[in-house]
Amino acid sequence: MTLFRNVVLVAAVAGLVAGIILAAIQSFATVPLILQAEVFESSGGGNHHDAAAAPAAEQAAPAQEPAAAEEEEGWGPADGFERFAYNVLANSVSGIGFALLLVVASEFAGGIAGWRQGIFWGMGGFAVFTLAPGLGLPPELPAMPAADLAARQVWWITTVVATGAGLALIAFRRSIVAAVIGVALIIAPHLIGAPQPDSFESPIPEALHHQFVVAVTLTNLVFWLVLGMAVGVVRGKVTGTATGLRDSFA
Amino acid sequence: MTTATSSLGASASSQSRLIALACAALLGVFLVGFTGFSHIEAVHNAGHDYRHSMAFPCH
Repeated sequence: MTLFRNVVLVAAVAGLVAGIILAAIQSFATVPLILQAEVFESSGGGNHHDAAAAPAAEQAAPAQEPAAAEEEEGWGPADGFERFAYNVLANSVSGIGFALLLVVASEFAGGIAGWRQGIFWGMGGFAVFTLAPGLGLPPELPAMPAADLAARQVWWITTVVATGAGLALIAFRRSIVAAVIGVALIIAPHLIGAPQPDSFESPIPEALHHQFVVAVTLTNLVFWLVLGMAVGVVRGKVTGTATGLRDSFA
Repeated sequence: MTTATSSLGASASSQSRLIALACAALLGVFLVGFTGFSHIEAVHNAGHDYRHSMAFPCH
């Protein structure tokens, strides 16, 4: 299982680097906006967490009730360093997770050879995991209204899978039919439409939300570019210098 | 994108290669799912800023 070991090794190093960089950027780009939004949240105005989803979820009521009740008592990291540390941890773990997906996908296409190719793969990851789901479900701040959580998660995952498959069909199947199917796959989730809240009334100022959407999108772009480049560089170290072309398609 | 310098696992047969890559992908899905999608409350709270910052559906 040298392949598995090497994939994990490349992903672990690259994901850790990109995840820690992302956490550092978030601490001044996105987290301050989240803290600002939490002031609106705790001042009582608006849609605290699942409260917004409650009217819509009356059909599925039992599942929603405990979620609304647990908000007061649940454990959470203390503000300040502890909260920052957990953010670094979450970013590192998921950075490695995204790196694993990126490495596996790219190995099917021959692997990322160097940092420059990594940029293109990073842009692909950005399109799949940030742009596409963000069109239907823009980044939310706390206290903003939103539809049922499970429904949004299902739409998010479906959109990511469809967009990834669509991009792969366009990029790696050299036929017009595959390209057309690929485009259709990318568009389909948006024709179906993301679950939306009943009311868009929000205590969060529009300007603050807009700033947050831009910050999230750009920080994720940086994350994916760094991740792609890091995978290209680390992969080069693991495989050693170029040993000639190799057909590594499974 | 077909200009790979070399394979990450040169000796693997195509079937064991597929299995290895599938295992790695599964691990990746698990890690992302756990940090971003877990409904466990402590995990949600610990990764709260992260989830918002990644535009994962949250709350």
